[in-house]
This record gives sequence, C-alpha cells and structure tokens, in this order.
Amino acid sequence: MDSELSPQDKKDLDKFIKFFALKTVQVIVQARLGEKICTRSSSSPTGSDWFNLGIKDIPEVTHEAKKALAGQLPGIGRSMCVEISLKTSEGDSMELETWCLEMNEKCDKDIKVSYTVYNRLSVLLKSLLAITRVTPAYKLSRKQGHDYVILYRIYFGEVQLSGLGEGFQTVRVGVVGTPIGTVTLSCAYRTNLAFMSNRQFERSAPIMGIIVDHFVDPPCSSQRPANMGQPCNYRAPDEEDGGQFAGVQDSQEVCNTSFSTSPPSQCVCTLSPSPSKLSKPLPLDSLQLPLAPGLVTHTLYASRLSYQPPALAAAAELCHPVVNPNQVLHTGKEGGVVLVPAQPPQGADTHLTVEHAPNTPGSSGEDDGLSQSGEGRRDDRRSVSPSDPVESLNAFTRKVGAFVNKPNTQMTIASLDLPFAAFAPRGLDTEENDPMVHPPESPPCLSPLQGSLHSEGSEGSGPQDDFVMVDFRPAFSKDDLLPMDLGTFYREFQNPPQLASLSLHISSQSMADDLDSLPEKLAVYEKNIDEFDAFVDMLQ
Amino acid sequence: MNCRSEVLEVTVEARQVEEAMLALLHTILLHRSTGKFHYKKEGTYSIGTVGTLDIDCDFIDFTFVRVSSEELDRMIRKAVSEFKEALSNSGSDGIGQISLEFYQKKKSRWPFSDECIPWEVWSIKVNVVNLANEQERQICREKVGEKLGEKVINVVEVINRHEYLPKMPTQSEVDNVFDTSLKDVQPYLYKITYQITDCLGTSVSTTMRRLIKDTLAL
Repeated sequence: MDSELSPQDKKDLDKFIKFFALKTVQVIVQARLGEKICTRSSSSPTGSDWFNLGIKDIPEVTHEAKKALAGQLPGIGRSMCVEISLKTSEGDSMELETWCLEMNEKCDKDIKVSYTVYNRLSVLLKSLLAITRVTPAYKLSRKQGHDYVILYRIYFGEVQLSGLGEGFQTVRVGVVGTPIGTVTLSCAYRTNLAFMSNRQFERSAPIMGIIVDHFVDPPCSSQRPANMGQPCNYRAPDEEDGGQFAGVQDSQEVCNTSFSTSPPSQCVCTLSPSPSKLSKPLPLDSLQLPLAPGLVTHTLYASRLSYQPPALAAAAELCHPVVNPNQVLHTGKEGGVVLVPAQPPQGADTHLTVEHAPNTPGSSGEDDGLSQSGEGRRDDRRSVSPSDPVESLNAFTRKVGAFVNKPNTQMTIASLDLPFAAFAPRGLDTEENDPMVHPPESPPCLSPLQGSLHSEGSEGSGPQDDFVMVDFRPAFSKDDLLPMDLGTFYREFQNPPQLASLSLHISSQSMADDLDSLPEKLAVYEKNIDEFDAFVDMLQ
Repeated sequence: MNCRSEVLEVTVEARQVEEAMLALLHTILLHRSTGKFHYKKEGTYSIGTVGTLDIDCDFIDFTFVRVSSEELDRMIRKAVSEFKEALSNSGSDGIGQISLEFYQKKKSRWPFSDECIPWEVWSIKVNVVNLANEQERQICREKVGEKLGEKVINVVEVINRHEYLPKMPTQSEVDNVFDTSLKDVQPYLYKITYQITDCLGTSVSTTMRRLIKDTLAL
C-alpha cells in the first residue's frame, strides 16, 4: 500500500499526522478551559506554527498527549480519543463528550502529501476550532468554577462511547484523505443531561474548598510557564479516578489521571489554579456578596470591626447582648445604620453576636482595601479603651470621626445602655433631631457615593450634641436629583409624630366627646330622614 | 466550472441580525482564509500564520471563532451593518438575503475587463421576527444559538467535502485568487452582496441593477 509513496512523503505524512493529533488535542482542551481563546495572526511565518494556524501549545497537554500516543500514530484500529467530562464539587462526574481522531482504510493515492494533505489538515483544524464552540459542553465549560470543573482524558486505542449515556449525538468535523488512509475527526456528545438537572447547579454553597479568585490578582501571568502549575493538585485524587475508569482498557494506564481544565484566572496557558488559591478553605460566608445596598455597608462595617483592638473585645465580655438581632438586621437592610460606634463595647458585642459576615480580611481584594482604609479611618478611635460603657461612651463622643462634615453631633439619651435605643418609642424626646449616629462611611471602593461622602451639611443640625454625626449616605442613593434623598426621607419618617388617635389622653378625650355628641347627631339624622331616603332612591 | 452554491436560512429577531450574520460569515471566512503568502525566489512560497479569536454574542447564546484580523472584521462588519440597515428600512416583512461570493479573476484581453468567476457562493437567508415579551426573547436567544450551531456544522460539512478550490497561484497570479490587500491574513477573493425581498418575493430593482452591472462588466 505504501509502495507508491516516496519515503520522504511517508515521513512527511507521519509527521503531519502526529502534529495534527497533538494540535487537535490542544484545540479541544483549550476550548474547554472555560475562557475565550485569542491568538494573533502573523504575516511573517515563524516556522513553528503547524498548519499555519496560531494554536498555542500548553506543555502539559502536549505531554499528556504524547504519553497517550506512546510513540504511535493514530492508525487503522488505533484511534486517539479525548474524553471531556464534568466533575461536580460533590465528586459526581459525568462524561460529556468524546472526540475521536480515527483512520480508516480508504486511501487517496493521488493526493499530494506535502501540499494538499497539509492544507486540508489545516482546514480540518479550523473546522475543529469552530465545532468545539458549538457542542453543548462548550457552554458548560464556560461556566465552570465553583460548582463543577471540566476534566479531560486522552487515551489511545478503541473508542469508548458507553459513558455518554443514551441518545448521544455524533457530529463529524471532517475527513482528509491521505495515501495511507483517511483521517476522520468526529465528536460524540451526550444529550441526556438528566443527572445534571437533578443536582444543584444553583449557586449553593460548594462543599469543597472555595476558590475565591474573582478579586484576587492572579499570581500567574501569561508568561508563567504552565509546568510551574500543579495540575495534579486540583483534580480528584487518583483513587477516585481509578474507580471511575474501571473497565477501561490497558492504554488507560498510561494516563489514568484526569486533569482539570478549570481556568486558573486570566491565564490561558495554565491548566489549573495556583496552589495558593486551593489552600485557602475560606468560610462559606465569604461568598455571600452583598445583595442589597444596605447590606454592603453592613458587611463592610463588620469587616472593619475585625480590626478593633483587643481591648474592645475584652470589654465586650462584660456586656450581654441586648440587641435584638431582628433589629440589627432591619437596620442593616435599610442602610447599615448602626449605633455601634457610639458605644463601642456594645457595638463590638453587637457585631459579635449578630455578625455573620466573614471575619476574613484577606478574603477578597475589596475587603483588603476596605479593612486597610477602615483601619486608617479608625485610628482616631483606636485610643478608646473602654472599660466602662458609659465612660467609653463619653470618651467616644469627643472624637471626631472621619468623613464628618461638621462636628455636629446628635444627642441621644445619655444614660443609654441599650443599643438602638434611639429607635425605641420616644415620648420624651423633645429634640427634633434624629438621634442617629453613624459610623464612618463605607470606603470608596464599595460606595458609589464616595464623592458625596464629604459633601452636604449634615441633616438634623441641633444644639449641643454629644455624638458625632456623620452624614448618612445609603449606598446607591442619589443626592442630586431630589432635594430629599433616601437618607433624609428615611430620617424624617423614621420617627413620625404619633397619631392623634393613638395618643392616650387625647384619644380618650375624643372618645368621650364622641359618645356625648352621639345622641345629638342621632336626633339630627332622624329629622332629616326623608332627605336621606330620597337620596338613596336617587341612587338606585 | 460550476459554482458551488450553498444556502443557509436563519430566523432571528431584529437585534440578532448583525451577530448572526457575523457569526456565519466569519465562520466561512475562517475556512477560506490563509496566512499571507511570501514567495521565494525558487517559486516556492511560505505561508504566514492565521490567529483565531473567540467572539461571544451579546444577543444570542453563541460563541463563534473568527480570524484574528481587525481589518477583515471591519470590512465584514461594514457589509453586515449595511445589510441590517437595508433590512430595517425596507418596510418589507423582514426577509433579506446576504451573499458571500468567492470568485477568481480571469484576465481578459483588451478591451474586455477582467472577469469575475465565482466558484463558491454562500447565501444566508434572514427572516426577521418581532417578539412580544422578554420571555420569548430569552427563548429566542437560546434557540437562535442552537440554530447557528447547526448552521456552523452545515458550513463545516460543506467545506470538508474538499471540493473545488482554486489552484494555488504563482506570484504573478496571486491577486487573481486571493485578496492580498490585508496585512495579516489572506482570504480568497470575495464579495458580499445583499438583497432585500419585498412582498412579492423578488427584488426588481436589485435584479435590474445587477443585470446592468454584469453587462457593463463584460
């Protein structure tokens, strides 16, 4: 069969097929990394770009492919397969697709190897690029991360499609005839994703270690060589994989491990997240990103408090949690108004009792920035060392916090030892000012209103006040459209005057009056009864 | 020689027209572009490298691969936006067709000018629908994404039949086969035309225009 093929052509053809196989694997694996691929065109040939296509070579992938091939080439009966599977954070896995590079006996003797075959292989690779974005696994791979990861496995030998479930579909990418056989590239993909629909793909808390790398700068850059990474760390231990592959033939032992292709961060060339990310099992709460404007302030504030000096924490033990958690959450929702700084021990305590937000300063870049800025801002309060709540209260009140527009503080009930007492019904409050004391505002990185933090006079100016008041700026509220912003509105209507009918003495008085006037009213109505009847008739 | 003609049909929402056209045209051009040729003295040539780029669609659940060439992208986008504008201004029931034609130039003797002989024509018929509510639009997003996937598979199927392709030209003939005006890639000579069908299903004015053009071109 090869008699008509010159030795040079045979050599070239073998080389083409070998590199075609390696490039095929690269294209498939890179398409399942979960990121968009971008390579540059170059008008001057570098000589190293096989098939005139800019396909990067991830060394690990090449290594695995070479290991699988073990010096052989795809031939008749010897197919090279790339299996793409999905593994959830709970350890369940499922094969998604299998890409097969096969060779059959149909030969095209007349074809020119170095020219036509090469160009057709190039077109076939382009087709592979296009088709890898079309199969269902592509969308899944783009969304991989916390809930599941995409793994690949290369094997050589007979094609196994049993793991794809029933009703799997096949798409043929293309064929290229060569003098020694026809190269066929195809993909069989699973259509029955029933297993997945039963599992949670909602954003529930993952069980495995969380990789919170959204906000962290990647340690790797595009120059980072992939072999610096630890591809084996991220995937499941070998025992699991071995079990999964039970029943696969011997060639599988050459590469009996699966490799994660979840994206490290922005690096296309590496295959796995860096170890540093993996070694941080952060508490689940760190994933609870703020969902409401108010919560932003609340959570931020908690993080900030994590830097409070230990003295406060000690003092906190003296106090018992008086605060009603509901109350705290309520204020949190509405804008993070917290009375805490006014009474640091209780405040700290409040947060200790209520706080479920993470105490993990390093969990995200934002938190980092936050805590650092929080620290800076709280410097002036650091010197407070409360041993006695009231004393600390007084000591506190003389400080001026950051972002204070005027040292225009509000008076609250001085003997207050109840946090949020300001929200208690005040019959005694003669002041018209709202007794709200606010912590220093959220750091700029999270509050879109950083510009407005320093602006505008504080509302509710009052007479000599004992407390520092900082303008209350709920996140996302606009202050330039309406004269009354959300904060003002909130403050104004926070303590509405009591309804007349509800105030005791007035109400009782009016009740008595009503009762007394009743007979008179009845008499009048009886007199005019004819008029009323006529009116009713008219209506009917 | 016979010109190979392929027709693809898609039904999309108005805002999806641009991306759907770009996806299909770029997929075809990806397969019909090579790297820049560099001819050497002995009559051999080397070929530059073609890079690729993934593009996510905004209005369709779809990602396509295009050639990494901003020049080419600009030209295709220009043609597609002209088509889209014509489609929206047409006042017809939103049916139009955009054609990507690959041709070869054949030098003719004076006084005849060069002939353009198409060897492959891709016609994409577009049917624009209007949707009533957001839920339908969401479904449309996914459906059109799936449809485009099927079309890509169709394109790939046709291309991989490896039917007629122009012969690789010598240096003097390269401009008759390839568009060498771009600096980073070299697609086959192509032209993009479109026509908007009115209610009758024919477009009289464009047909007439084409007839006259072709006559004059001879």
